[in-house]
Amino acid sequence: MARVYPNRLGIKGWVVGGRWGVERYLYTLHRLTGLGILTYFLLHVVVTSSRAFGPASWQRAMAAVGAPIFHFGEFLVFAAFAFHAANGLRLVLVELGVLTGKAEEPVYPYKSSLNVQRPFMVVMMIAAAVLIGLGGWEFLGL
Amino acid sequence: MSWRDTSLWTWHVIAGLVILILLGLHMGVMHLSAVLHLSGLNPADVDNPLDWRNVAFRAKQVFFMISYVVLLGAGLFHGLYGLRNILLELGPGPGARRAIGSLLLAVGVVLFVIGTWAAVVARTTALAG
Repeated sequence: MARVYPNRLGIKGWVVGGRWGVERYLYTLHRLTGLGILTYFLLHVVVTSSRAFGPASWQRAMAAVGAPIFHFGEFLVFAAFAFHAANGLRLVLVELGVLTGKAEEPVYPYKSSLNVQRPFMVVMMIAAAVLIGLGGWEFLGL
Repeated sequence: MSWRDTSLWTWHVIAGLVILILLGLHMGVMHLSAVLHLSGLNPADVDNPLDWRNVAFRAKQVFFMISYVVLLGAGLFHGLYGLRNILLELGPGPGARRAIGSLLLAVGVVLFVIGTWAAVVARTTALAG
């Protein structure tokens, strides 16, 4: 039986409760974008299943979600995916120990594994921003 | 962490990598088609991937049918398992934990059946029409 620890801060703990580094806020954004993508995905599966009934059914479904607000929503989902994917890849590499550096004796001045992965974090955020920019370019029809 | 939790977490990470590749492709085809000049995957109108002729063209391809089903399974598992972790982190009681797990499993299975059925039938419809 796994031990269950009390979660006193609850959801509030995602954004407040300590002086955290930027990675902690990426964690919060990772969760928020994940929840947003999941909500869209569950609806997307149902809506796009209309293609099984042929072109008329497909066009009716697309007309139902054809308002500009839905297009903007799709862009937000694209942006959420770009961030979630880039940050998720970083998290996988950190979890596998690829970006944390070698273990060494804790001799002052201490080196933090957070600082070892930070350049990659910056690269991934730039990659996400470039992808979001390209998606925005297409969204605006430029 | 139990062996079961470790196993589920490992599958969560593997599903994430599968999604990274297949959803990256899907996003490229649907949202970067004009920017990346993907006319080969949207032959009817590169500016409108949602045009039925483009949808039917992709639906006919075995690769797309299989990739949709794999992406569907990976996406549902990754997303619903992630949601389960967030909800369980809030400290529900044992009964609520079981209910959350069962509800999310049921949602995942139902949507996987609907999505897989749609991918297979859409191919048949596109090939016929």
